[in-house]
Amino acid sequence: MSNVNESVKNKTGKTYHDDLEMVRQEIDKCMKCGNCMAVCPVYDIDKEESSVTRSKIAVADALLKGQLDYKDPYVYQMAFNCLVCKSCNTNCPTKVDFGKIAVALRAELVRRNGLPWLKKMIFSTLKNPKLFDAGMKVGAAMSGVVFKGDKDLKAISPRSPFAFVGKKAGFDSNRKMPELNTSSLRDRVPEVVKAKDAKTKVAFFTGDSLNYFYPDAGMDLIEVLTENNVEVHIPKKQSCCGIPVLVHGDIETVRKLAKNNLYEFDKTGCEYIVTGCGSCGGAWQHDYVDIMAGDPVYGPKAKYWAERTYDISTFLTKVIKYREPKGEVDAVVTYHDSCHLKKTMQVFNEPREILKSIPGVTFKEMSEADKCCGSGGSYVISHYDTSASLGRKKADNINNTGANIVSTGCPACMMQLLDNINRFGKNQKTKHYISLLAESYRNEKK
Amino acid sequence: MIDKKIVNMLEEIVGKDHVLTHKVDLVSYSYDATADIPTEIPDLVVMPTSTEEIQKIVNLARESKIAIYPRGAGTNLSGGAIPLKKGIVLSLQKMNKILDVDPANLTATVQPGVVIAALNSAVAPHGLIYPPDPGTVATATMGGSVAENSGGLRGLKYGVTKHYVMGMEVVLANGQIVKFGGKTVKNVTAYDFSNLFVGSEGTLGIISEITCKLIPAPKYRRTMMGIFNKLEDAGNAVAGIIAAQVIPATLEIMDNMTIRTVENFAKIGLPTEAKALLLIEVDGMTEDVVANEAESVIEVLKNNNSEYKVANSDAERDQLWTARRNALPALAGLNNTCIVEDATVPRSRITDMLVAVEDIAKTNNVTIGTFGHAGDGNLHPTILYNMYDKDEAARVHKAVDEIFAAALKFDGTLSGEHGIGIAKMKYLADELGQSGLDLMKSIKESLDPEYLLNPGKMVPAPEV
Repeated sequence: MSNVNESVKNKTGKTYHDDLEMVRQEIDKCMKCGNCMAVCPVYDIDKEESSVTRSKIAVADALLKGQLDYKDPYVYQMAFNCLVCKSCNTNCPTKVDFGKIAVALRAELVRRNGLPWLKKMIFSTLKNPKLFDAGMKVGAAMSGVVFKGDKDLKAISPRSPFAFVGKKAGFDSNRKMPELNTSSLRDRVPEVVKAKDAKTKVAFFTGDSLNYFYPDAGMDLIEVLTENNVEVHIPKKQSCCGIPVLVHGDIETVRKLAKNNLYEFDKTGCEYIVTGCGSCGGAWQHDYVDIMAGDPVYGPKAKYWAERTYDISTFLTKVIKYREPKGEVDAVVTYHDSCHLKKTMQVFNEPREILKSIPGVTFKEMSEADKCCGSGGSYVISHYDTSASLGRKKADNINNTGANIVSTGCPACMMQLLDNINRFGKNQKTKHYISLLAESYRNEKK
Repeated sequence: MIDKKIVNMLEEIVGKDHVLTHKVDLVSYSYDATADIPTEIPDLVVMPTSTEEIQKIVNLARESKIAIYPRGAGTNLSGGAIPLKKGIVLSLQKMNKILDVDPANLTATVQPGVVIAALNSAVAPHGLIYPPDPGTVATATMGGSVAENSGGLRGLKYGVTKHYVMGMEVVLANGQIVKFGGKTVKNVTAYDFSNLFVGSEGTLGIISEITCKLIPAPKYRRTMMGIFNKLEDAGNAVAGIIAAQVIPATLEIMDNMTIRTVENFAKIGLPTEAKALLLIEVDGMTEDVVANEAESVIEVLKNNNSEYKVANSDAERDQLWTARRNALPALAGLNNTCIVEDATVPRSRITDMLVAVEDIAKTNNVTIGTFGHAGDGNLHPTILYNMYDKDEAARVHKAVDEIFAAALKFDGTLSGEHGIGIAKMKYLADELGQSGLDLMKSIKESLDPEYLLNPGKMVPAPEV
């Protein structure tokens, strides 16, 4: 990775990630009409103006005009009380791209105030994939000390002394998290998985969540592709997509991660990239283009891949015609729209189409299917009360469908759903929708 | 700045979490949805959760001579929620309980922070609706819309907010809590207080509870669109529909500038040379009545040289509505500043007003697209300009003056549904005359002699 960085050192042009003033036009587009209030999940819980999008835009404006101080800790707090779910974008009459303003605002605050030490520590390990990988595995091996397992759910909960300490952030003993795996997805598979009569080859960007928390879902995704005569490349040296770091304003780290990923995927010689996570796919489709704009080497690479990156559901339904599943899966299934999958990648019909094509599956739409589950990456830890209120609403909507499986297309949502269904649900199982298709293919052979 | 002692007392009243003093929070309550008006950062924000808390806050503010600005969701378009003279913003967003839905009496009783759409969701299972539908139904609060007397698209047939308020609880500036009206259809006890406080824009008292009227939801509807090559034909069609004794739920008009902008924005196949477009929706409880009304409307459209379309399904209705739905977003996208006016004229003067606005745009060299509620004469001349261009801004302000003068010339009014607030105060005398201003002043001063409730709005404060 270090070679990659040296080759383009100092060539990255300035983007809105480097200067808040560069989103001025986006800020001016906001009419303060307040339509964002109708869809903002944080405002829905808080009922305070400072929670909603238009006020964050007003605050960005006030900072630029010198009416507010970048060093004001409450400005920082306010800027981070947002799930970056982008629901507001979809309801904005003048099409303000708040995602850009949010990132530019946070990056400016971080540039002027520095990252809090904890984030600095975590993000620096992300930049070093080997160290991060080792950390995750040591964590997995040690997890028995801190967590107790639930074999059936493949989940873990904090043991009592840790649960007591973590109660305020929702880490009480009822907390369910996916178990950490000592063997990650990328450990389990070779770099190239061949398929019979391969028609095409794709590169699978696993992202960290599928790699470390849900390797089984990742395996299912690979299996579905090979079942459809697609050769799958899984570059070992791929790193985190960078979105969790981007939304925390650490631009330097995202650029390093993006460059590494662009470099590693270029090497595969594949035609397409597929993802199984809305945030990862969104990074490839949009954020890498934005953050690398002006970089003579990586800018064009980012654009190239942006047009060739698909969520696995879009790839199956639109790029190739996936093989009709014939194996019976006896389940009542509902689907939760992950924010980044629907609002960033515009993917919402395809997963439903796939689910409905599986024999034995009864599909039940939940109300407010595209309302944020409250995960928001680390938001669930930093703003546990708001997050849990949203999680509870989501669980209620799932309960009302009578489904026994809630499917979604994003591992971060899977984690949030797992925990909130355990607290407020009726023992429904949480699954990536691709796992149900894989199960159907497997059942054909029984 | 407000004394720390007072902050502490407010915290005792509503709890520490419900008093906001950090500058970043105050900036968030410095604006509403109105363009091109002064904004101001309040000294603090309090968020009461009961009438008793409101009363204590009002008493404390009065004793300390601090201004109070009641605020709902802050979506109004006349500057009504701006804390112009500093002081306390009283946010009612946390008082958002629906207290009672009474299908037998066709009423609902709500706290002021209830969002209009939330009330409609709650009464829908009973087959009922609360008809006032300002463009902001999904966000605006009942308290805010009652205080502003909001209108909406269905004004012609179903009326506006004031027709649906049956009773209230109000905290007065002197700290008294007063209740009037209620669930009875008929009520002539004492003055008609409801109509005094509806549209009072927070200047007479703080509305803490509202009892409103509900009606059965219409079961059938038909939607049509007429396209005209002459403005006069569109105006005559509006008159013709009413003359045919059809009162449509919606009768919307768009001028050529708006049609062109919407087409450019949404590419939905509108003829860009058309001079006007009408969107008409009739509704009712029986299918044949609605079908008959639709036929009458189509007859009128034909007789006035209109090309027309009729929606035969929900999807087709949605298509016809696309043009109207995109009117404001499309226009607003033309520049960085968007002023939406609501000068209103008698229905018979719609054509005159549209022509006048077009002339005003031309002579002042400013961009104005006009759309609005043709059925009730309530137009929205929408002015787009670059706020960083001082010369253009000056021309816009002159055009706005001329629009209001034109509305009054046609026996119209300054505001059909947005209210006076800060934005239209300076024109008040043109419509009401000195005697009207005096009447307003004597009402204001008998209820709020110290001008502590929403100062700087609607009623000009006496010179000090």
